[in-house]
Amino acid sequence: MSNNMQNPALKETALLRFMTCGSVDDGKSTLIGRLLFDSKTILTDTLTNISNTSRKRGMETIDLSLLTDGLQAEREQGITIDVAYRYFTTGTRKYIIADAPGHEQYTRNMVTAASTANLAIILIDARKGVLTQTRRHSYLAHLVGIPHIVVAVNKMDLVDYNQEAYDKICADYMAFAEEIGLAGARDIQFIPMSALNGDMLVDRLDNMPWYKGDTMLELLEKAPVAHAEAEEDFRFPVQFVCRPHASSDAELHDFRGFMGRVESGEIAVGDAVTILPNGYESKVKAIQIGNEQIQSALTEQSVTLLLEDEIDTSRGDMIVKTNNLPETVKQIDAFVCWLSETPLSPARTYIVRHTARESKAKVAEIQYKVDVNTLEEQQTNDLKMNDIARVNFKLAQPLMVDSYKKNRATGAFIVIDESTNSTVGAGMIV
Amino acid sequence: MTIKKTLSHLDWLEAEAIHILREVAGQCSNPVLLFSGGKDSLCIVRLAEKAFRPGRFPFPLMHIDTGHNYKEVLEFRDRRVKDMGERLIVRSLEDSMERGTIVLKHPDEPRNKHQSVTLLEAIEEHGFDCCIGGARRDEEKARAKERIMSFRDEFGQWDPKNQRPELWNLYNARSHKGENIRAFPISNWTEMDVWQYIEREKLELPSIYYSHERDVIIRNGDIIPANVELANGEVINKPKSGEEIVKKQVRFRTVGDITCTAPVYSDADTTSKIVVETATTTITERGATRLDDQTSEASMELRKKEGYF
Ligand SMILES: Nc1nc2c(ncn2[C@@H]2O[C@H](COP(=O)(O)OP(=O)(O)O)[C@@H](O)[C@H]2O)c(=O)[nH]1
Repeated sequence: MSNNMQNPALKETALLRFMTCGSVDDGKSTLIGRLLFDSKTILTDTLTNISNTSRKRGMETIDLSLLTDGLQAEREQGITIDVAYRYFTTGTRKYIIADAPGHEQYTRNMVTAASTANLAIILIDARKGVLTQTRRHSYLAHLVGIPHIVVAVNKMDLVDYNQEAYDKICADYMAFAEEIGLAGARDIQFIPMSALNGDMLVDRLDNMPWYKGDTMLELLEKAPVAHAEAEEDFRFPVQFVCRPHASSDAELHDFRGFMGRVESGEIAVGDAVTILPNGYESKVKAIQIGNEQIQSALTEQSVTLLLEDEIDTSRGDMIVKTNNLPETVKQIDAFVCWLSETPLSPARTYIVRHTARESKAKVAEIQYKVDVNTLEEQQTNDLKMNDIARVNFKLAQPLMVDSYKKNRATGAFIVIDESTNSTVGAGMIV
Repeated sequence: MTIKKTLSHLDWLEAEAIHILREVAGQCSNPVLLFSGGKDSLCIVRLAEKAFRPGRFPFPLMHIDTGHNYKEVLEFRDRRVKDMGERLIVRSLEDSMERGTIVLKHPDEPRNKHQSVTLLEAIEEHGFDCCIGGARRDEEKARAKERIMSFRDEFGQWDPKNQRPELWNLYNARSHKGENIRAFPISNWTEMDVWQYIEREKLELPSIYYSHERDVIIRNGDIIPANVELANGEVINKPKSGEEIVKKQVRFRTVGDITCTAPVYSDADTTSKIVVETATTTITERGATRLDDQTSEASMELRKKEGYF
């Protein structure tokens, strides 16, 4: 007979999204390759109940970076390098890795990868220590609001697994992290490793007895997933309104369902809600997923809300709790990462897409741009691809926003070029 | 520190897919859901039910029929559509062949790669601005960078340099007339997630996904289903002279065009057994050679979808 769903390795698990940042040759592909490969071994071990404590994971003959793709080849051909998404599961967690190339020109890729990550692994070559690119990666991870940072000091084998070398890098990093306000705001952990040998990745091995902390996999398995750590404000952008009124079914005749995803917070039947921007108030009569009724909905769940009163609501409106409103604004002040080869033009009208809502927008002012290497603020009149700047926009329609620091869903927006329909900018509201 | 309850991975993937389907419905004026009766599209149809019921789907379903599909799958497709009460459009390669827009080099030529012609003709005929499909990023290395809303130009072409950055869950499905968006709601699912979801939702699948005894030919190491009878009575995949027909216990991992989808040896005759098999097979024969197998297996899946995506 088969072992079926009783098997603990096959139950429903939590999901963590993380990203890896490193410069060329820091060992990113090797790290990812090993996680992809070793996690399959773990899953199989669990499934077949083989003890895996003493077994060495035999990877010697395989080039781990082969498991990820040939970014090298792309680089040689000068093709735009994009974020790649990869997946593995350990049986206790499913992971989505956003793998962004680390080179300076690729700020936009890093910002893209960071936008959905709850944890960032920042790779440092033990021989080289904290470099300009380490600072850049850390600043961007901070800007895009990744709450958990793992600083992985790689290639420890090339410095004889020396503890002093490792300690010095950690101290250098902390000094810099304090400088940019990363230290207090984010959870930072350090780990020494050798992606090539596998030290401290999945197995501890015995080259670094002085390190008592978690292995990389243990860190990942323990890291909080998104939305797990704090109470949040309830925000529900309406994506689609369901009115099957043509139906001959009497019960459905007056059905009016507001469909969307709980971007943050939670909602239960009976809660008092306000619909923005109009400000109508009502109560939640029912919550459904398809035809199934539920009593409450969690963060990130896609549901349909039914209200007690008949309220005219359409896509782009936002349902929130009456005692906890976001700001309704027609001006925004935001950090913007420019994504397009065509520079921003202050003379043009753009479209800002925020939650399920769109508004025409014009630049009111570019306050300054940030040099991502020195973190200096510079005066500027234009924005080119990969630039990060603080920009004020004027909006034609009101948006219901929170600051990005407080809420990554209602604090974020993208900028769309009306003529090409391209996504040209990414914004985080201050 | 308080740790709040969060969604399980299947609930999260489900919620993400529903969100994507609703964005398509909200942003596009005339979308269509590509539906073959295969396992990925059956998952998407279940997701669409969760997204839009008690309403009707805000899009029709469409199948591009190569004329070389398994009877079991076509019957299943029609039964499922009837149960749902939704509208299915079928466009077939044979119509394009009659029109002369598809010319086969020889009658046995695999038809998958021609699917795109019929698809583009159907898109133009109906004026669709978005096609919802079941491709996943884990199917093939090259797909790892594919967007959830992927942009196609007027010729249906995918230009890697002309794809839109995708941040947070803010999707941009805008297009000009003639252009087209391909939306992939289960991009972030792996084959394992798909099977786990099928198990959890108790989804019914066409029978050939489960282990069964079948007449096959072993040709260059590939398992070729032998003497397959089509819905119109025609029999294809006849043995060449000197080839022997053997009986094997097999199941299909994908059910595309008969001429280019090979089954795998398997005793897994229930969804739970397939979940276990999927979790273990990828690794048990580990090693460098296995990597190559994985690539060709993935490209098999890709070939199936090449026409579509
Ligand atoms: N000695 C040693 N070499 C490593 C380690 N990690 C990666 N490498 C090697 O460094 C080179 C670059 O690694 P790769 O993973 O391709 O780097 P990426 O460019 O960051 O993806 C390869 O030759 C790897 O084998 C390590 O921990 N120790």
